[in-house]
Amino acid sequence: MQRIMKNPDEIVDDMLRGFLKAHSDLVEKTPNPRVVKARNIQPGKVGVVTGGGSGHKPAFIGYVGRNLCDAAAVGEICTSPTAAAFLDAFRAADQGKGVACLYGNYSGDNMNVKMAVKMARREGIEVKTVVANDDAASAPLDQREKRRGVAGEVLMWKAGGAKAAMGGSLDEVVNAAQKAIDQTRSIGIGLTPCTLPAVGHPNFEIREGTMEVGIGHHGEPGIEVCPLESADRMAQRMLDVVLPDGPFEPGDELAVLVSGLGATPVMELYVLYAEIESRLKAADYRIHRAYVGNYFTSLDMMGATLTVTKLDPELKELIDYPAYSMGLTQIGRE
Amino acid sequence: MDKFYNRDGKVILDKMVRAIQENKDYLGEVDGLIGDGDHGMNMNKGFTLFQQRYQHQNYFFTEGLEYLGGILFNEIGGSMGPIYGTLLSSMTETVNTAGSGTEDVGGTVMEDISGTENGNTANMSAGDIKINLEVFCRMLSHGMEELFDIIDARAGDKTLVDTLYPAVESLRSSVAEKRPFREALLLMKEAAEQGRDSTVGMIARYGRSSRLGERSRGVPDAGAVSCCLLLTSMADGILDLIS
Repeated sequence: MQRIMKNPDEIVDDMLRGFLKAHSDLVEKTPNPRVVKARNIQPGKVGVVTGGGSGHKPAFIGYVGRNLCDAAAVGEICTSPTAAAFLDAFRAADQGKGVACLYGNYSGDNMNVKMAVKMARREGIEVKTVVANDDAASAPLDQREKRRGVAGEVLMWKAGGAKAAMGGSLDEVVNAAQKAIDQTRSIGIGLTPCTLPAVGHPNFEIREGTMEVGIGHHGEPGIEVCPLESADRMAQRMLDVVLPDGPFEPGDELAVLVSGLGATPVMELYVLYAEIESRLKAADYRIHRAYVGNYFTSLDMMGATLTVTKLDPELKELIDYPAYSMGLTQIGRE
Repeated sequence: MDKFYNRDGKVILDKMVRAIQENKDYLGEVDGLIGDGDHGMNMNKGFTLFQQRYQHQNYFFTEGLEYLGGILFNEIGGSMGPIYGTLLSSMTETVNTAGSGTEDVGGTVMEDISGTENGNTANMSAGDIKINLEVFCRMLSHGMEELFDIIDARAGDKTLVDTLYPAVESLRSSVAEKRPFREALLLMKEAAEQGRDSTVGMIARYGRSSRLGERSRGVPDAGAVSCCLLLTSMADGILDLIS
């Protein structure tokens, strides 16, 4: 493996050390080495927490900062953080106004969050959760509760984080985050598999010259494997899944996020975005804001995800609100 | 013998640790077929951590379960941490409440204890608790019930439940039939192994591999395999103690 590593079994700790050093203006460590919190959390606000397995940089700790998440629980590679880590993240974020835990729909995360919420309640910390399930390819629409959370989580954190920063109550924060994820659909296309550092080789295969449509962030199999296509056909294929599945109608204002899966050059993401945008515009959608880059990755997988969010005036305000974090920094819209 | 002293139970935990360590690679391979391949690594990490931390210390069976469960729960994470952490540490709850007399589950333990030559329950320490078939069955049943509180998977979903549930059912029927402890353990092992093998023909309906649908058929579930290892090694440890 051609990798930058020390001991692959300790790669998460080694990564965290670097992250905390590099972004000491935004984040700081906590007594729990697997919890990262924002520096100088705005006083008196509702806490916003996330967490998940490692290997998805900048998710999850990259979205800890100002007007986004206040704390994140960090798990092993592709492994949910412990309930104890989620609990410590709740403690780090709680200011007596309650905590919104915004995370993705994976069985391990669900279990650990559920237990941490119970433990927090015993301490008098009120925690409400929003579970992202934006991956349209991961289960049929009538089984949305089974769908995974993918890059749409970024929009969920953006909306919930902004609502909390604007002084929203716990219910308002949770409702905003829930609305953001309900109005969001995503799909991924994988071009190569990813490799767990401690395993050293991929545990699934995507054959040269093929692509896997609907692949998950851990290589979960998608809808179909087909011959590799050019960017225009890829864009069309992604939109053909996402648009009919969501609450989208021509004339809608959208936020569009194209994220690389880790090893695809950012240049190619723009090639894909251009195709996506021209098709959306041709179908009479209006693009209010676009994000293109590595926002939610899957180790060294090649490929991309498309995320589309339908905006209403409230979501527009939240999405446009300034934010400062390693993974997402934006100034307000003039 | 039809029972063992709680204080003698460290050897059971030793057996469980060894079973996981020796099967680390195998568990990883099984998990790699339809999962992400880290099950052996994570299990081994948790069990070895427990071994390193407590091997030079004397502990009772229930304490060992508590320590091991705590490490899995608090330090491993994933799905496996809370699942096995809950199962193992909850097993001890029915025994630890024995002295309080507030729960009916405790009552039977006390009867078991007071039925012994000692008879003096007032000055009992946890190490003096004798674990017979009924107590063991109640421990594992309670662990499973607590687990059911945090996971939605049930028998037939291609998970560890397919190993655990038949094993507990087998113990329950042995209690009803008043079978000797030894025979009950042998039957429980058989039930666990059959349960593990039954996952080969199933389609995963819970957890990460559930998204594979038909592609998940034909291989065993990694959790069902590790659960079988734990139950059979636990039974083997107890068999050593009571024979």
